[in-house]
Amino acid sequence: MLIFERSRPGRGATAQAPQSPAEVSSLPERFRRSSRVPLPELSELDVVRHYTRLSQKNFSIDTQFYPLGSCTMKYNPRACNSLAMLPGFLNRHPLAPASHSQGFLACMYELQEMLTDVTGMKGGVSLTPMAGAQGEFAGVAMIRAYHDARKDTARTEILVPDAAHGTNPATATMCGYTVREIPTDDSGDVDMAALEEALGPHTAGIMLTNPSTLGVFERRIKEIADRVHKAGGLLYYDGANLNAILGKVRPGDMGFDVIHMNLHKTFSTPHGGGGPGAGAVGVSERLRPFMPIPVVAREDGGRYRWLTEKDLPQSIGRLSAFAGNAGVLLRAYVYMRMLGRAGMSRVADFSTLNANYVMARLREKGFELAFPERRATHEFIVTLKRLAKETEVTAMDVAKRLLDYDFHAPTTYFPLLVPECLLIEPTETESKETLDAFVDAMAQILEEARTSPDKVKGAPYTQPNRRFDEVRAARELDVAWRPGTGVGEEAREGRAG
Amino acid sequence: MSDTPANLRYAKSHEWVRTESDGTVTVGITDHAQELLGDLVFVETPEVGAGLEPGGACAVVESVKAASDVYAPVGGEVVAVNEQLADSPELVNSDPYGEGWLFRLKPAGDLGGLMDADAYQAMVDEES
Repeated sequence: MLIFERSRPGRGATAQAPQSPAEVSSLPERFRRSSRVPLPELSELDVVRHYTRLSQKNFSIDTQFYPLGSCTMKYNPRACNSLAMLPGFLNRHPLAPASHSQGFLACMYELQEMLTDVTGMKGGVSLTPMAGAQGEFAGVAMIRAYHDARKDTARTEILVPDAAHGTNPATATMCGYTVREIPTDDSGDVDMAALEEALGPHTAGIMLTNPSTLGVFERRIKEIADRVHKAGGLLYYDGANLNAILGKVRPGDMGFDVIHMNLHKTFSTPHGGGGPGAGAVGVSERLRPFMPIPVVAREDGGRYRWLTEKDLPQSIGRLSAFAGNAGVLLRAYVYMRMLGRAGMSRVADFSTLNANYVMARLREKGFELAFPERRATHEFIVTLKRLAKETEVTAMDVAKRLLDYDFHAPTTYFPLLVPECLLIEPTETESKETLDAFVDAMAQILEEARTSPDKVKGAPYTQPNRRFDEVRAARELDVAWRPGTGVGEEAREGRAG
Repeated sequence: MSDTPANLRYAKSHEWVRTESDGTVTVGITDHAQELLGDLVFVETPEVGAGLEPGGACAVVESVKAASDVYAPVGGEVVAVNEQLADSPELVNSDPYGEGWLFRLKPAGDLGGLMDADAYQAMVDEES
């Protein structure tokens, strides 16, 4: 039921409402509202119950295993949250002078340093991008600024492997580049012949994820870096899969010039739901002059201050009014300080161990792997192509059936290169017992697909809603409630008993 | 088993081409391609008058699973687009070689580089 449908005229949390009507005489008549805003009217308790019930219908990392590949839905320790909420941090005004913000600035400086160290990006890190997408934008904008500063303006093309995240071509396009797709070879690596053919004086750079979205490590990364650099292009690292290599191998050492990091994936800041996000960017030395501002610097006397356009006149500029999402950055800072250097590489150890364990056990149970000869990184791909052909049970059906077994579904139909695929990422924060329970559920669903496919095709059965008509939802997207239109009624009729 | 009409020419990237009596060519995506994509929810066609390079991305088909570029199987000037697809993208699923056509071109080159139905079907069989 929608909160609007629980509304009753005159109901409200009256004790909190102003006792007398608002004084509006200074507002010109024509700007005053003539009718009431159609907001729902409920008591405080009604509102609390409504949202508590909604939250109970959620699948979340706090309640269920969440093996959503390419998204690193690991558990964020509560300490990250509570320490970032210390009153000294919470009450600091973003315009407070640096002399009043030395503690906060010290945290940001150390976060920059830790990220610089773990990624090997020797030119430093700017924390200011407000989300992964903005981090990508900042990264490619720096590539552009670099070529422009050298008057090397014939470079109009960004190369993107076909296994890339969809955001990569979108970012390149937003920065005014033409995208050229590079195919992947049969073992999941970049097709070197196609790369060689694509490189030239028009190449501005290449955007790569390593490990790639295929869940494998690009083995010829040094050779790719050499060839792209030789052609005059720069290398962009999409940090989405950083979890697999943390403390083991560094993008800077692989030859990358710029990287964005999704702090919510790897460094324990809020996932999804609108964030708020943080997409820190790291650069090689030659890109340092172009970093987005502000950046925190430590002066000789140990004082911290913001670097601005005065210090970095070639900067691509500011991406937000202040300095990124301060509270989110603090969570990442606490997380990294809790892990320390040794903990950092244990993240990689256990995220890859867990992925390889689940992969091996699913293979035993009869699942087909997309790259059976390759070792998994922190995630791997199962393809249900054969199953779909034999039983008509698709990856989507298996994903929906998993909900009945109380597991969040893995990523489905991504990467696009692998038909009927599930991209499974267990993360380092899950126990062997949880992983085993997931494997057992998957094995049972495989058995069901063979013996009673209709059961799998009809899933889910245990959720507040049955299967949605995704096609209709996409074709006739309408999520706005309007008084008296009955919108929302249909959803109720479609609900399972 | 997907349908591959014998009177059409085909591109590797799963577009079909039909030569019309007035010398223009009609382009769409194959039955196999629509099957792989699943139910389409959005189709973006090129603009009438646009000049297409052979092999260049010129349209987008989007399903609940994926968004995919459509590549010009032959270069030329766009003379018509299927306006119906704006409201009814499902036509590409239900009738890929008929009502689900995407656009019509005045071709700048010949269709020599394209496959016939047998060659295309063999390629599809090999992929699956």
